[in-house]
Amino acid sequence: MHIPDGYLSPATCGTLYVASAPFWYIALRKVQRLLSTRLVPLIAVFAAFSFVVMMFNLPLPGGTTGHAVGMGIATIVLGPWGSMLAISVALLIQALFFGDGGVTAFGANCFNMAIVGSLVAYAVYRLVAGRAALTSSRRVVAAALAGYLAINAAALIAAVEFGLQPLLFTDASGAPLYAPYPLHIAIPAMMIGHLTFAGLAELIVSAGLVAYLQRTDPALLKLTAPGVANSEDGVREVARKGGWSVTRPLWVGLAVLMIATPLGLLAAGTAWGEWGPSDFADPALRAQITSASGASAPAVAPAGLERLATVWTAPLPDYAPPFMQSEVFGYMMSALLGVGLIIAVTLLLSWLLRRNQQNDPSLPEPGSAHLL
Amino acid sequence: MLQSTSEAPLVHPKSKRKRRQGFIERTVRSLADVLEQALFAEEVAKADGLLQSIDPRVKVVGLLLLVVATASAHSLSIILALFALALALALLSHVPIRRLATRVWIGVLFFTGSIALPAIFITPGVALVHVPLLHWPITAQGIKAALYLLTRVETATTLSVLLVLCTPWNQVLKALRVLRVPVVFVVILGMTYRYIFVLLQTAADMFESRQSRLVGRLDGQEQRRLAAASVGVLLGKSLQLSSDIYLAMLARGYRGEVYTLDDFKAQPRDWLALGGFVIVALFAFWFGR
Repeated sequence: MHIPDGYLSPATCGTLYVASAPFWYIALRKVQRLLSTRLVPLIAVFAAFSFVVMMFNLPLPGGTTGHAVGMGIATIVLGPWGSMLAISVALLIQALFFGDGGVTAFGANCFNMAIVGSLVAYAVYRLVAGRAALTSSRRVVAAALAGYLAINAAALIAAVEFGLQPLLFTDASGAPLYAPYPLHIAIPAMMIGHLTFAGLAELIVSAGLVAYLQRTDPALLKLTAPGVANSEDGVREVARKGGWSVTRPLWVGLAVLMIATPLGLLAAGTAWGEWGPSDFADPALRAQITSASGASAPAVAPAGLERLATVWTAPLPDYAPPFMQSEVFGYMMSALLGVGLIIAVTLLLSWLLRRNQQNDPSLPEPGSAHLL
Repeated sequence: MLQSTSEAPLVHPKSKRKRRQGFIERTVRSLADVLEQALFAEEVAKADGLLQSIDPRVKVVGLLLLVVATASAHSLSIILALFALALALALLSHVPIRRLATRVWIGVLFFTGSIALPAIFITPGVALVHVPLLHWPITAQGIKAALYLLTRVETATTLSVLLVLCTPWNQVLKALRVLRVPVVFVVILGMTYRYIFVLLQTAADMFESRQSRLVGRLDGQEQRRLAAASVGVLLGKSLQLSSDIYLAMLARGYRGEVYTLDDFKAQPRDWLALGGFVIVALFAFWFGR
């Protein structure tokens, strides 16, 4: 999951730095306003905590062990913005001091794990936990799901980033310059590992920790359970201070990203090498492949391609809806659709949560939308 | 945490062979590994070598430029040339090559190598030979793709490892200010790095003491409960630690203002080194297009 340098092109890395920047900016602004509180040491120590937890070998069913990232726990205890900072700091230390994850890919790693991971974990946790009591077992289930889905969302985004590389970046001979596998291989390859081992590790840590805190110190769960109990801790302020003025850079950043992504993609070139097994049988397509490759195309599809092509059937066949002529455009839309879906679901959830709270007069903080 | 050790069966009577390492031993080992790695880095950073004598800001900017050049190069020979440069820098900075080979190169070779290997067969392109029996084609493009990935990751990782091996960590953090990293972030980063070692030690102590009281074997359920409880206890200790730190900061006059001591002074040789880094990076950008 920690993407090293060299797997992603500088263009992709740059795009993801740009995508992460507004989130960091907001999170830091929230921290800066609360600089005199205990928040600075809290985030620092929590980042150290996530780092140490990443070193734990967690026992999984079946006798193997796995590592967790800790975004589920961090989000539940610190809220999404605090968690973004804490996980980013932990990732930076891993990249800089322990060579785990690349320096150029740091933006990508933060986007996948710290930002998307925290947001997904937060949305799922709030949605499933509802207004259950702090010690309710529903919160354990919510935490389990939050951890599991968060790490899988992060893995899916990483897989999309990998899968776009061979489409966009090849050398003159057509050899992929960075991660060599197209989407239909990258996505199943990443997801199999994360839907099983890594997902389970995250699930065990999140659920186990919430269950443990319910027994020992339920007050720590208050931050992400507004309306269930009141907390006077200054930390809570971080998550509470929402509103347009703080989130404006986020919207601007998203707009920039939406414009920058297609530009970067369009500048990169054509989809050499993205042939399906059936393309090798079609004479017209064979001629196309020949002219693009500068060598004759094999009469039958390469055996490996034939076999692997059936492993995964994408929800958007060939990534290009039929009404779109340009294949690159279709790919791009498919990738953006995925990101857009996540953002849309997150926004919808935060809106639902806000509305829920406003309908309930017993709650002290009607406008406290934590997410945005 | 103390429960049920007495109920667990004693060492399995039949099994005379060495028991498979449990998760407690493995965790203790990976925790110790991190500590050892950090200590080693501090040792090397104290040595009297080329990179150690350069201003940290120049090192951060220069080595990052080289990493970006490695990531941007579209030519294998340029990537290999940058690898040779990294090797030369390591030699001139008295970084033990053996250690670099075992910790960085072989690790990357196994991890990225296993990822890159299938690309030799699946990347479409001109088939050079077919694997006997399986009839998988080995394509020129596939070999190139695998080589691109492997050499790029090896080179970039070596360059970024050199930065931290040849610079004390507090100087790396201060030098990040040159890259316009916000001062709050640098302060949080510094505190995090400091307390990682406190928590690593705490976690290692917890697991070691548990291990020393453990007779027999824990079943999966029990292991998972123990792991979650350890994470929870560690969280409790972390939070306690953070409020202790906050009180200590207040006691020393902390009022929400953050300063770092930027006391670097660039010498002529630092400018020379910066010029060298920039020229090499530009060269790599130009010829590696």
